Amino acid sequence: MAKVKGDIIVDIEKCKGCEVCIDACPTHTIAMSEQVNGKGYHFMQNVHDACTGCTNCAIVCPDGVITVYRIKV
Amino acid sequence: MSDTIIKEQIFKPENIVYKKTDLMTDNVLSYCPGCGHGTAHRILMEVIDEMGLQSKTIGIAPVGCSVLAYEFMNVDMQQAAHGRAPALATAIKRLLPDKTVFSYQGDGDLAAIGTAETIHACNRGENFTVIFVNNGIYGMTGGQMAPTTLEGMKSSTSPYGRDSQTMGHPLKMTELVAQLPGTYYVTRQAVHTPAAVRKAKKAIRKAIELQQQKVGMTFVEVVSNCNSGWKMTPVDSNKWMVENMFPFYPLGDIKVDGKLVKEV
Repeated sequence: MAKVKGDIIVDIEKCKGCEVCIDACPTHTIAMSEQVNGKGYHFMQNVHDACTGCTNCAIVCPDGVITVYRIKV
Repeated sequence: MSDTIIKEQIFKPENIVYKKTDLMTDNVLSYCPGCGHGTAHRILMEVIDEMGLQSKTIGIAPVGCSVLAYEFMNVDMQQAAHGRAPALATAIKRLLPDKTVFSYQGDGDLAAIGTAETIHACNRGENFTVIFVNNGIYGMTGGQMAPTTLEGMKSSTSPYGRDSQTMGHPLKMTELVAQLPGTYYVTRQAVHTPAAVRKAKKAIRKAIELQQQKVGMTFVEVVSNCNSGWKMTPVDSNKWMVENMFPFYPLGDIKVDGKLVKEV
């Protein structure tokens, strides 16, 4: 079991679906959603719980829509 | 421990390890999806935030895609005429020498119409920081050829690729200003991967710190993508940038502490 557990909150309405974060995620935790937001973009979301809270996705996000949380378990 | 309990535990303010800095306003960025401008804006604002300079900073917005930078950066901003940001920054820095002044410019602004202002401000050694975002194209006006467009690169005004016989050679602005005695720290960075973003942030921090020591011009080039202008997806344009832009615009420091560290 992982010693740290991370999770993200995405500002869905501001996400533009550029997919740069998906390339940056080392654990392949994030993927594009099938739904679209108010502007018609597919937004990114967590698809499984392997997130370690490494903040890579948030650092490369051009629009700064990702907030990263991390706890020790 | 079930997942729901972990979720309740994890989404607490004290567990936040990364969030958008408050120095970026809540306005939705006007840039295309995947554009490096957003990341460059954010790391610049993070540096200002970490150094506690929000009330002492004046930024100069250029003309180009980032013309609305004053809408996104929550610091005092002024918008300059096309290419004239270094001239305006010179005036502001001379009148208010205790303020931290930066200009944020694109390649069409800094390397084309603003070449004279840039070179002379660098040559005079004015104490401000230039953030130069280079994507090799005029993004806002529809992807026309810029001075920094690579040889053979297609743009809307060079549909068969840039031909150096008739259109000239790409301009390495950063190497050019590094040779001037007025510049103190000149570097080229990128924002396409987390590692590159962290490095670029360090470089910007160093530039702002050096500015406070009043040692001369600090110049940070950020090689960025323009996926709309290059007609690619953001991820593909980042790959294209690594394969084509970086051999011509190699990343790294060019001038440190007033001495050239790389042959130019």
